[in-house]
Amino acid sequence: MSLLDTLEGFTGALREAGVPAGTSEVLDATRVLGAIDLLDRPQLRAGLAAALVKRPVHRPTFDLLFDLWWPTAVGDPLELTQRRDDESGDEAGEPGEPDLDALRDELRQLLLTGDDEALRRFARLAVAELGHAGAQPGRQSWFTYRVLRALSPETLIASMLDALLAGEPRGGLAEQVARQRLQERIAALRAHVEAEVRRRVAEERDRDQVARSALPPLADQVDFLRAQREELAAMRRTVHPLARRLASRLAARRRLGREGRLDVRRTVRASLGTGGVPVETHHRPRRVHKPELVVFCDVSGSVAGFAHFTLMLTAALREQFSRVRAFAFIDTCDEVTRLFGPGADLADSVRRLAREADLVAYDGHSDYGNALRVLVERFPDAVGPKTSLLVLGDARTNYRDPGLALLKGLVDRSRHAYWLNPEPRREWGSGDSMAYRYGEVIEMVECRNVAQLTDFVGRLLPV
Amino acid sequence: MGVVQTPLFGSAAEVGERLSEVGYLADPATATTVFLADRLGKPLLVEGPAGVGKTELAKAVAAVTGSGLVRLQCYEGIDEARALYEWDYRKQLLRLQVDRDAGETGWDVERGHIFSEEFLLARPLLEAIRRTEPTVLLVDETDKADVEVEGLLLEVLSDFQVTIPELGTVAAQRRPFVVLTSNATRELTEALKRRCLYLHLDYPEADRERAIVLERVPEIGEQLAEQLVRTVRALRAMELKKAPSIAESIDWARTLVTLGLDTLDAEAVRTTLGVVLKHASDAARATTELKLS
Repeated sequence: MSLLDTLEGFTGALREAGVPAGTSEVLDATRVLGAIDLLDRPQLRAGLAAALVKRPVHRPTFDLLFDLWWPTAVGDPLELTQRRDDESGDEAGEPGEPDLDALRDELRQLLLTGDDEALRRFARLAVAELGHAGAQPGRQSWFTYRVLRALSPETLIASMLDALLAGEPRGGLAEQVARQRLQERIAALRAHVEAEVRRRVAEERDRDQVARSALPPLADQVDFLRAQREELAAMRRTVHPLARRLASRLAARRRLGREGRLDVRRTVRASLGTGGVPVETHHRPRRVHKPELVVFCDVSGSVAGFAHFTLMLTAALREQFSRVRAFAFIDTCDEVTRLFGPGADLADSVRRLAREADLVAYDGHSDYGNALRVLVERFPDAVGPKTSLLVLGDARTNYRDPGLALLKGLVDRSRHAYWLNPEPRREWGSGDSMAYRYGEVIEMVECRNVAQLTDFVGRLLPV
Repeated sequence: MGVVQTPLFGSAAEVGERLSEVGYLADPATATTVFLADRLGKPLLVEGPAGVGKTELAKAVAAVTGSGLVRLQCYEGIDEARALYEWDYRKQLLRLQVDRDAGETGWDVERGHIFSEEFLLARPLLEAIRRTEPTVLLVDETDKADVEVEGLLLEVLSDFQVTIPELGTVAAQRRPFVVLTSNATRELTEALKRRCLYLHLDYPEADRERAIVLERVPEIGEQLAEQLVRTVRALRAMELKKAPSIAESIDWARTLVTLGLDTLDAEAVRTTLGVVLKHASDAARATTELKLS
C-alpha cells in the first residue's frame, strides 16, 4: 500500500468516525507528508494532527485510528523474539510460560521511574506474552483484560507507595500526591495495553471493523444514562468552560441588537474631535430581561447523573438569570437552592444533595405525582408569571399517579416550561414511561448528551 | 501563496533546539507544528487553557528568528478600523481646511490629497503585511473578537494581502509567520480553522513542566521543583473551577523561593495555596482532598 493510499484510507476512517476532515485538510496532510521526517512516528502523528484535527474532542478518535493505520510494528515486538532466542539457547525447545514475577518486577520499576516510552515497550511485550487466548477460528484472540488481570498493577500500589514515600508518614499530603502519580501511570499502562491489543487484533482481522468497534463516542455525545462514573466526572469537569462558552455566545447575540437609546452626553463629547460634527453616535446598552429559572429535577438512581450535570450547569450560568431556584425530588420534594449558591463547589453540592435534602418519604422510587404535590403545597410561590420552569427526569412513574393536573397548573402559571428527558425518544411511552402523556401538557425535549443539552440551554437563555 | 521565501527552520528538531535557547521548552508536537506552519506557509492556530504559553510561543518564535513581533490583541467589539486600517479623518479634515484657505478646491484635487498613504493609519494586520523585514504576526485571543472580524482575517491569512478600495491591493512582500491564539471560549468558524494548522496546547508532561519551572526559577532546585510539579498535577486531577496552569506553577515556585521554603509539606502548601488556586471553593476542596489540615 502506498503512502497516499494509506492516507486516503485513514482520512476516510476519520470522516466515518465523525471528524470533519475536508478536502483542504487532506491536501494539507499530503503536504505535511512531504515536509516531515516520515521515519519519526511522533512527528508524523503531530504533523497529521495539525492538519486534520481542529477540535480537541476529536483528538482521541484521531489517535486511535492513527495507531491502526500507522502501527508501531508488525507481529511480535523485537524484544520478545530476542528474549526467546536467548532462552532457547540454554533451555532448547518451545517458549515456556512467561515469567510473571519477573514481568511484575519490571512493571513496578517502570511505574516508579515514569519513563513513558519504556512503559509503552513493556505494554507491547506484556500483550505478546499474556494477551493471547488460543486462536479459535473467527474469534478475537487478543484481550486487554487478560493482560491486566495477570499483571494486576493495582496490587502493586501498596509496595510502590512505600518506595515513593521513603519513610514519610502515611495519610498526609505526600501520600495523596504519590497516589495520584501512580494512578496516572497505571492509566497510561492501560492505554498502552489497549492500543497494542487493538493493533494485534487489527493485524489478524479487518482493520475497519476494529476501528468501528473500538471508537469511543465523542465526549459530548456520551449518553447521560449510559455514562460510566469516570465519564460523568469528566463531564462535570467541563461544566465551567461550557458555561463560559454559553455566556459568551449569548453576549455576542445580545451585541448584535446592541443599539439602545442614544447616549447624548457621550455623542456630544465624541463630536468635539470632529469639530462639533457628530460623526459617530453612541448608544446606551439595552436592558436585558432576565427570567427566573426554576429547576425541578428527579435525582433518583439512573437519571441522577443527568440531573446533577444539568443542575451544575444552570448554577454555573446563574448570572444569566435574575434568580435560580432548584428543587430535587425522588418520591418527595425539597428545595436545594442553598447548596448551589454563589461560590459553592458544585461537585460537592451534588454530593451533599442526597445527604442533606429531604427527598425520600417511602421507598426511594420516583413518585412524580407526590413530588409535584409537595412542590405545589410547600412552595406555592415557586412558579409565577416570570418563571421559566425546567423539569428534568425520565418520566418513568413506576405506574404511580403522574400528577398531570398539578403539572398542567404549574405550566399554566409559568412564562415558559420545558421538560428535558434523558431517554432516547424511541423509548418514550414504553413500560411505565409517561413521556407522551406529559408531552401533552408541557414541551418535552430529548436531552441525551451534553451536545443536546448545550443546544437547548443556548436557546433557553434570554437575549 | 505567491511569495517564495526561504524557510525559517531546517527541521522540526531544529525548532525545538532553537526555541529552548530563548527559554521556551516546546514538546516535540509543538516543535513539529511550528516547523510545518513555516514550511507550508500556513497560519498556526494555537488553542488551549489560559497560562500554558500560547502567546509566549509566538514571542519565542519571533525572538529566535530575529523577526519583529506585530501583535493584534482581540477584544469584544474590535473592528476593521482597529484591526486593519483606518483613514485619519481628523488629519483629513485639517487638510481640507488648509486647502480651502489656500484656495485649492475641487474634488479631483482633494481625492488625490486626502486618500494617500499619508492619511492612512496602518493597524496591526496591514502593518504586518507591509513590513519588509521578517515578521511574526500574533493575533491574540481570537475567540474574544466577534465573528465578523474572523471574516476580515480570512483575506489576510489565506492570500496575505489587504484590499483598500481607495488605494488598491497591498500584497505582502514577505509572508509573515502568523500565530493565532484562542482560549476556546467560543468555537472559531470552520472557514478560519480550515486556513490554519491547528495545535492544541495543554498542560505539559511532568518532566517538561519541571524543566520549565527550573528554567524560569532556577533558584528552586531539582528536588523542590519535582515536588511542586507532582502536587500541581494532583490538583489538576481534581474537579476544580479553574485548574492551575504553568503560569501558576511558576508563580508558586517564585513564592516558595521568596519565602525561603525548601520543602513542600502540608504546612507550606496550606499557606501558599492562594497562589495556585484562585477560588475559595477550589482551595477548600484541595485542603480536604490533599489532607492538608
